[in-house]
Amino acid sequence: MGMSAVRPDPDALLARLRAGQPDAHRGRLKLFFGMCAGVGKTYAMLTEAQEKLRAGVDVVVGYVETHGRAETDALLTGLEVLPPKWVEYRGTRLREFDLDAALARKPALILVDELAHTNAEGLRHAKRWQDVVELLDSGIDVYTTVNVQHIESLNDVVAQIVGVVVRETVPDSILERADEIELVDLPPDDLLQRLSEGKVYVPEQARRAGGQFFRKENLVALRELALRQTAERVGAQVQVERAGRGDTRPWATSERILVCVGPSPLSARVIRTARRMAGAAQTDWIAVSVEPPNQSERARAQIRRNLKLAERLGAETTILSGERFADEVLAFSVQRNITKIVIGKPDRSRWIERFRASPVDDLIRRSGEIDVHVVKGEGEESAPAPRLALPRKIEWRGYAATLGVLAACTAIAFPLFARFSAENLAMIYLAGVVFVATRYGGGPAVLGAILAPLLFNFFFTAPYYTLAIADPQYLVTFVVLLVTALLISSLTQRVRRQSEAARARYLRTAALYFMSRQLAAAADAASLARGAVRHVADVFQGDAVVLLPDSSQHLAGIARQGGFSADEPNERAAAQWVHDHQKWAGWSTDTLPAAQAIYLPLIASGKSLGVLGLRPWQPERTLEPDQRHMLETFATQLAIALERTAFAAQAESARREAETEQVRSSLLSCVSHDLRTPLATIAGSASTLLDDRGQLSEATRRELLQSIADEAGRLNQLVGKLLDMTRLESVGFRLQREWYPLDELVGAALNRLDAALRRHRVETAVPEDLPLVNVDGALIEEVLANFLENVARYTPAGSLITVRAAVAGGRVLVEVLDNGPGLAPGSEKDVFRRFVRRTPATDRSGSGLGLAICEAVVRLHGGEIGAENRPEGGARFWFSLPATEPPPEMGQRALPDAPAQSTPAAIDGPEVRP
Amino acid sequence: MSGTPATVLVIEDELPIRRFLRPAVEAAGWRLIEADAGERGILEASQSRPDAIILDLGLPDIDGIEVIRRIREWSTVPIVILSARGQDQDKVDALDAGADDYVPKPFSVSELMARIRVALRHAANRAQPSAEPTIVAGDITIDLVRRQVTRQGQEVHLTPIEYKLLTVLAGHAGLVLTHRQLLKEVWGPGHAEESHYLRIFVRQLRHKLEENPTQPRHILTEVGVGYRFVVEP
Repeated sequence: MGMSAVRPDPDALLARLRAGQPDAHRGRLKLFFGMCAGVGKTYAMLTEAQEKLRAGVDVVVGYVETHGRAETDALLTGLEVLPPKWVEYRGTRLREFDLDAALARKPALILVDELAHTNAEGLRHAKRWQDVVELLDSGIDVYTTVNVQHIESLNDVVAQIVGVVVRETVPDSILERADEIELVDLPPDDLLQRLSEGKVYVPEQARRAGGQFFRKENLVALRELALRQTAERVGAQVQVERAGRGDTRPWATSERILVCVGPSPLSARVIRTARRMAGAAQTDWIAVSVEPPNQSERARAQIRRNLKLAERLGAETTILSGERFADEVLAFSVQRNITKIVIGKPDRSRWIERFRASPVDDLIRRSGEIDVHVVKGEGEESAPAPRLALPRKIEWRGYAATLGVLAACTAIAFPLFARFSAENLAMIYLAGVVFVATRYGGGPAVLGAILAPLLFNFFFTAPYYTLAIADPQYLVTFVVLLVTALLISSLTQRVRRQSEAARARYLRTAALYFMSRQLAAAADAASLARGAVRHVADVFQGDAVVLLPDSSQHLAGIARQGGFSADEPNERAAAQWVHDHQKWAGWSTDTLPAAQAIYLPLIASGKSLGVLGLRPWQPERTLEPDQRHMLETFATQLAIALERTAFAAQAESARREAETEQVRSSLLSCVSHDLRTPLATIAGSASTLLDDRGQLSEATRRELLQSIADEAGRLNQLVGKLLDMTRLESVGFRLQREWYPLDELVGAALNRLDAALRRHRVETAVPEDLPLVNVDGALIEEVLANFLENVARYTPAGSLITVRAAVAGGRVLVEVLDNGPGLAPGSEKDVFRRFVRRTPATDRSGSGLGLAICEAVVRLHGGEIGAENRPEGGARFWFSLPATEPPPEMGQRALPDAPAQSTPAAIDGPEVRP
Repeated sequence: MSGTPATVLVIEDELPIRRFLRPAVEAAGWRLIEADAGERGILEASQSRPDAIILDLGLPDIDGIEVIRRIREWSTVPIVILSARGQDQDKVDALDAGADDYVPKPFSVSELMARIRVALRHAANRAQPSAEPTIVAGDITIDLVRRQVTRQGQEVHLTPIEYKLLTVLAGHAGLVLTHRQLLKEVWGPGHAEESHYLRIFVRQLRHKLEENPTQPRHILTEVGVGYRFVVEP
């Protein structure tokens, strides 16, 4: 470890960063710490609060238990006390701290007594310390009290000293988080004195201990523990201060500790030991369990409990699945740069240990650079990976089949006995055992392996029909049969487990793979969420929902799978809490555990982008740690994908902005020229008319008036097109799609351009059976009108204009054709660009905007547009739209009923053609 | 429109527009009253009981649609609105609120005068329903008594709904009818949103009655607004 003193440790830097950043908004925590009840923690806390109050600090008493003692009560005077929350629980009214009221009041400093308290059911958090964490996170300073026996990592030590197991514990992490710890100390004699005077409220668990709790030797030991804890803490602080940083989380070394957790309840001791080691080395630590695939349900549950304990003590937890304990642990250790492994001492009494090296030995032998600490477990503490574990359920059918198979072997062997030697008959049994082992595995195989030699011995070795063995050579047959049977059954067993583990791993990997593939394909948040909920529902067996925040950070459901939408106020509140605090909550967690679903934040770049909710189909099961990790992985993937779409949207809007900028500049040049010309004409003509003193002839006057009217018309057209273009380009623009028969739009456009087309011949060819198109009618009419206007303008009078429509290859194609001079070669693409006019221009009346509008409209409809010269001469303008499914109720169904007022009949009759 | 000249109320805040409307209205033989804001207009409408109202939708004080609603509470006086371009929804809302027709700005005075004339005629018809049993539009004849439709003397078979649709359209000849108005009239209030039914029936009517259904002369489409039946193209 000589290096680590010199080399800057990235972990420590990160921790410092993490701790340093949000401190500005985070409240400060002060703990009043004592060896046991009665030392005066609440008194000390209130005294200090009074001082703060005098200093002008906004102090509020959130919750204080004075136990009706006058001197403590007296200290409450002058302090604002928050009314408690009364909770109805099994007929009694429980007095609880009102977290929401405190958050709403938002004082500078709040007093919350008894940090280790367990909240009544129905409150947001299971534990009061979680309430305190939330207060701190929202920027409120907190004073609180706690006794040494409530510290999680000291829990077992205290239990040893006083003989009472304390159930209400506080994770060590909250101690580490405390900015200040004040030890409230009282010599044991004084405390006993006060106790005898009746000045101490005796808590429930102490009373249960039958007065043994407050014995002097207990108190001395507890006092030592409290003092030592405080001293350690002070020591750590000194180290930090010396390093010249104000950091309260001194992860100074690059030590990394891993603890192996087994299914034994006594693993708890090992976990606590690891926690103390991690604490002493001031480092973080990981608890892992290696689970063979056929772990029994009971062992699984115990491992889960043990890992939960480790989590409470501040460890990161992981379940590795695999057959070989040492392989898995070592591979993981290398991957995570573990320097120390802590493991419980295995119980060596089992006979099977003689045949196989214990996993612990294996681990120690192969650990290489990594230190392995073997810690004493108690009694039947076993190595984490159970060897030859029993199958989950005893499969009576397997055992019955084994008996059947062996009976059959005997039946086959019996008639052959006369002709074959006994050794060969043993082979028949061997075959039977192999069959049983491959087919039923485990217990039945062992049963077969033991029974087969016995049966062989009983029937086929002299003396017959006894279990005695006369000829020693049969002893060899017997032993070989037994060993082979056992070996094969263990081998098959292992192969089965491995394939099951591989299968489980495959399923998980596949689920992740499919989800990430789907997420990669999704283009927007809604389709991402839809894909994610489907996978989450499949993999985790529940109803899934994704909620995303709106602009004011209120969550709204965007996708769900199953009948759960998290709409109920309770569920929505839980989800909102998760989003706001970026922490898990709900079912299977300690926060708002009454919620139907578990909610987890979708965090990317340190920000919650939404919430994923999962309501299990079997709420009585809890989420196992490996499932939690998997769920977390899903959430992370979704969050990253959501972030990606957000970035894409940003890029798109930036691109649009740039484009808009370019349009704006073109617009300026257009306005300066195309608007001024008609305006000049109008202003000039009007002033000529105004100045006229009768010199102008009637014909001239009319000519001037006509040009005013014409130019005004041109201006109107130009302004209209500019407005259209602007509207189409605006960000909030939406198509008003409805179902139209195309011929109606063609008719409307022709009607509008009646005057312009008067000197041309117009033909239409729109088939009657053309499907309806789902378009913005006004805009498509605009496209047609622009096409018509364009061909009318660039073709001589008397030309033929044809409007044609057809369905081709899943698209509706609409064409406007003329037989005029056509487009200038090479300009086919350019005509759709803004402010580009067709050349050679016969007049200057075009704005160069009409076809650009067409292009924008068709693009918005998901269609294509084009212009080219026809081989037979003339120009061809066309656009095509995707031929969408017809509207749902449009089939051959009878048309809607008419009410009484539609006289002839309520329902329209069948088609009657003239 | 007997001896006394008809009175037309113009509710319009733009003085130049009122300025050129006055000679046009007076040239048509009507009397003009002016109001430059919505509230004033409503007051004027109740006091001088005009025969027709020209209403600009963009008024400085209250929304033009609000003006229509308030006037419609007590009067069926024909209202022709002036609407700016690109405000299709406003147009439709105004028509649904009870306006009789619209003229998009900028407009030619003769077009406005024609619209007012049609509106006045319809108002007169409403007051004294003519016993006219047939409607003739070009080569189309609708015999309302015998419920018979002929085109160029040939009988045209119409389904009941087609017939109903045709009579509603022809009954408001010259005026625009919104999709909602037509759906309500023909199918009933429950179907006011299903405009594609309407489009299909209009197409069928055109195929049966128009010479060239893609270049209709009688049943005209006002895209985004509704339909207008024209007797004389």
